[in-house]
Amino acid sequence: MIAFWVLAPIMVLAALSILFVRKAVHAAMLLAVVMISLAVLYLVLEAPFLFAVQIIVYTGAIMMLFLFVLMLVGVDASDSVIETIRGQRILAMVGGLALGLTLVLGLAQISLGSVVGLGSVNEGGNIQAIANVLFSKYVFAFEVTSALLITAAMGAMVLAHRERLTPRKTQAVRAAERVAAYAESGEHLGPLPAPGVYARHNAVGTPALLPDGSVAEDSVSRVLAARGSVRRTIPRDVDELQRAIDHGPGSGVPASQDSPDGRSTSTGRAPGASTGPDTGSTPEGGE
Amino acid sequence: MAEGGHSVPLVDPTSADGVFSLMWLVIALPAAGAAVLLIGGALAPRAFASFGHLLGTLMPIGSFALSLAMFLQLQGRDEADRQVVQHLWTFIRVGELDAGFDLLYDPLTALFLLLITGVGSLIHVYSIGYMEHDPRRVRFFGYLNLFVAAMLVLIMSENYIGLFLGWEGVGLASYLLIGFWQHKHSAAAAAKKAFVINRVGDMGLSTAIMLAFVTFGSVSFTTISAGAGEAGEKTMTAMGLLLLLGACGKSAQVPLQAWLLDAMEGPTPVSALIHAATMVTAGVYLVVRSNFVFDYAPNAQTVVVIVATVTLLWGAVIGCAKDDIKKALAGSTMSQIGYMMLGAGLGPAGYAFAIFHLLTHGFFKANMFLGAGSVMHGMDDDVDMRHYGALRKAMPITFITFAMGYLAIIGFPGFSGFWSKDKIIETALAENWIVGVCALLGAGVTGFYMTRLMIMTFFGEKRWEKDVHPHESPSVMTFPLIVLAALSVVSGVLLLGGWIEHWLEPVTGVPDHHEPPIPALAVTGLAVLVVAAGVALAVALVARRPVPREAPTEVSFATRAARADIYGDAFNDQVIVEPGRALTTGLVRMDRSVVDGTFRAGVVLVGGIGALTRRAQNGYVRSYALSVLGGVLLVVLALLAVNLA
Amino acid sequence: MDSVTPFIVLSSILFTIGAIGVLTRRNAIVVFMCVELMLNACNLALVAFAHQYGNLDGQIAAFFVMVVAAAEVVVGLAIIMTIFRTRRSASVDDASLLKY
Repeated sequence: MIAFWVLAPIMVLAALSILFVRKAVHAAMLLAVVMISLAVLYLVLEAPFLFAVQIIVYTGAIMMLFLFVLMLVGVDASDSVIETIRGQRILAMVGGLALGLTLVLGLAQISLGSVVGLGSVNEGGNIQAIANVLFSKYVFAFEVTSALLITAAMGAMVLAHRERLTPRKTQAVRAAERVAAYAESGEHLGPLPAPGVYARHNAVGTPALLPDGSVAEDSVSRVLAARGSVRRTIPRDVDELQRAIDHGPGSGVPASQDSPDGRSTSTGRAPGASTGPDTGSTPEGGE
Repeated sequence: MAEGGHSVPLVDPTSADGVFSLMWLVIALPAAGAAVLLIGGALAPRAFASFGHLLGTLMPIGSFALSLAMFLQLQGRDEADRQVVQHLWTFIRVGELDAGFDLLYDPLTALFLLLITGVGSLIHVYSIGYMEHDPRRVRFFGYLNLFVAAMLVLIMSENYIGLFLGWEGVGLASYLLIGFWQHKHSAAAAAKKAFVINRVGDMGLSTAIMLAFVTFGSVSFTTISAGAGEAGEKTMTAMGLLLLLGACGKSAQVPLQAWLLDAMEGPTPVSALIHAATMVTAGVYLVVRSNFVFDYAPNAQTVVVIVATVTLLWGAVIGCAKDDIKKALAGSTMSQIGYMMLGAGLGPAGYAFAIFHLLTHGFFKANMFLGAGSVMHGMDDDVDMRHYGALRKAMPITFITFAMGYLAIIGFPGFSGFWSKDKIIETALAENWIVGVCALLGAGVTGFYMTRLMIMTFFGEKRWEKDVHPHESPSVMTFPLIVLAALSVVSGVLLLGGWIEHWLEPVTGVPDHHEPPIPALAVTGLAVLVVAAGVALAVALVARRPVPREAPTEVSFATRAARADIYGDAFNDQVIVEPGRALTTGLVRMDRSVVDGTFRAGVVLVGGIGALTRRAQNGYVRSYALSVLGGVLLVVLALLAVNLA
Repeated sequence: MDSVTPFIVLSSILFTIGAIGVLTRRNAIVVFMCVELMLNACNLALVAFAHQYGNLDGQIAAFFVMVVAAAEVVVGLAIIMTIFRTRRSASVDDASLLKY
């Protein structure tokens, strides 16, 4: 029971936090906390098989699925907590609290009697016991479950499938289109610039610099730009670099030492710069 | 007026054999003609336009030939054996009602058959010329054949159901033919008027049939005539009055007379065939055929006599004032049918003379209507007699034949009308002197208006419209005129030796003979004198003075009343149409406000509730989830309430 | 305290929190997570009752709930993806065209 009294407040807190955190990733993390705690409670309640399944299936598979979808949906899914339906939040709170109070008060009226426990049932091992029941009494439900899973898989495939409406473009067609786009709107013919090129960092969040020192916007992912995770301090870096180059010959530091120096300064400043006022100012939810 | 002494003859026919087994063909020929012309004329108009009128004319001629053969056959039979019935098929069998499609051929039917098919054939021939330039001539002949077939069903049926079928059939044909020139609004309205007023009469007839079925369990003449004596006088009186209502509608008797004058909107052959010679006399036929009803209902007979007397004067007065030649003749028709009705109302003594007058009237009135049509044909379809005058030179054949009809209708001694009308007046005087005097007076008025018509049309000055060049009609039109004129002159021979009375005895029974208050010869002399007075008055008033081309408006009250059909239409409008319209308007208003209002209010209420509640369907899935949560809360509370109570 | 009542109460509380989350959060994925939370709360109750009565049926039921939840997540997330692909939004309030 100690485990219960330790875990219960954590679970309730984590669950409540799901209601208030802004980012879906955080909500997923909090849900994982609740689920793992639940798994422990299953262990307390003499259900070791469900403990394992809870960890593997729920926390391992289902939560992964959530995270994958979050990744696909991306930053656009970032949730605003401003309520749009009038009265929805208050009514939801009132209704939810009323339900919760009713359930708790209702349960308080019931005395369940002494706990029988699963000691005798689990004598030959919990998994064997479950298998005995599952493959005898519940075998039909078990088989139907397989049909359900296949149907779900088929459904997911159908939903995710996109019918190709036009024939696949050949490389020749693509090339012709790109040249045509270049002729019409002057679109860049070649591949997009890679991030970090001509820059002091090769992280994906560091935009490439054009020969004149300006930022090549195309070189970083739009999602990163929308999330505000792009390094925006390039011009200042360039100035600093210029100064370092200017000072370099003056201080008599050999060129071979310049490189570790510069890296050390940049690593020293990069965190400061990334948390500085210039970053994170881009609006979220570009859509 | 029936005396209890005589015996009412029974309808007790024998089965058809010999030429009588072809009885059905009399009806089938024109019916087939109507079907072929109406369907074929619609499918192949061009092909039928070339021969449709000939086909349509051959059909009634064929029927006439058959009728003649049957008539001769019947004459050769023993007197007690002169009723023949042919069972064709079971027409209606529902519960106790068992009406066969049975045809009855007896002396009365024989005469009617000859009249309808004979005059009908002549008028078909006449129509070939009269309708020559009408693009819908095939359809016209189809309708005429339809009429003949229906009329034959009416007079040949052995039961009231078949009679009613024919009755409605002629009503339909009459409606179609009055409104034949439906592009004229007046024609369409007249057709509708005739149809609607006839429905009133039909209501009486159909109720009479139902009463007969309730009383006798059958609608067959045979059964009813056998049981009529035991049914009680009240039932018979009710049935007689209902039959009279039907007869009034079809025969344009007061109070259902208003449609006949408007019916003159139809083509003139139609007026001659349907609205003079045959269909309008169906009421007389009905009364004579139902003699076994009326003989047991003296009160109903009295009503028939009153209606007939009123009508014969009413029609005669209207005839005096009309300037439209066809309407003057239509008034005359009303009046003459009044004479027939009078004869029919007088019981066994008058039945034969009613039928006799019906036959002679069929000849001379058809003759005059066709003559009027011939005049109109020459006068570019102008019907106003004030635009005629001096036509005897321009169309001599029409004039002479018309004159024969004229002499017949006024009862010039020796002509057919003289014999037939004189007999009715004589019988009427013998039964009731007031009625007799009225009939005598009517004869004088007849002399007046017919002389006026003759003078205005054929004598005096030319008052023709410009560009009108009267000419004689083609021989296809004058031939029927000549035949009918000849019949108008000589058909009085039917009375020779009391032939027609004797011939009809199997149907109408043997009348009691009682001496008239004044000798028959004196009555005849009196009638001739009265007619001569009427003619002299007309000569004095019309021939001695120039006829104004426009009808004078400064006239006496009597003339104005007669011009307005003695306010028959005005009466109908005021007493029936206006209250009916007010009632309908009120009902419609009530329907709109109360009945519709109730429904509309319900609709508005439901709509309002819907408009309010549909706000809940705001499209937000979270709102719906909230209501689900509310439902869960309620269920949990209910469970707790049940378990913890 | 020899009873599973605290587990059941915890289960109720988690269930209520999940329900409120479904009603208040607008991100479809978070709504889905809240549904999962509610399912897990039910599972806890099932397992607790299995412990209470010494019967494995509760655990079997929880097991089936997990299977169904897995299937539901697969289809649900696919639907969310499809909606996102066409509407460029994962907000449940944006898909609100079907209304009066």
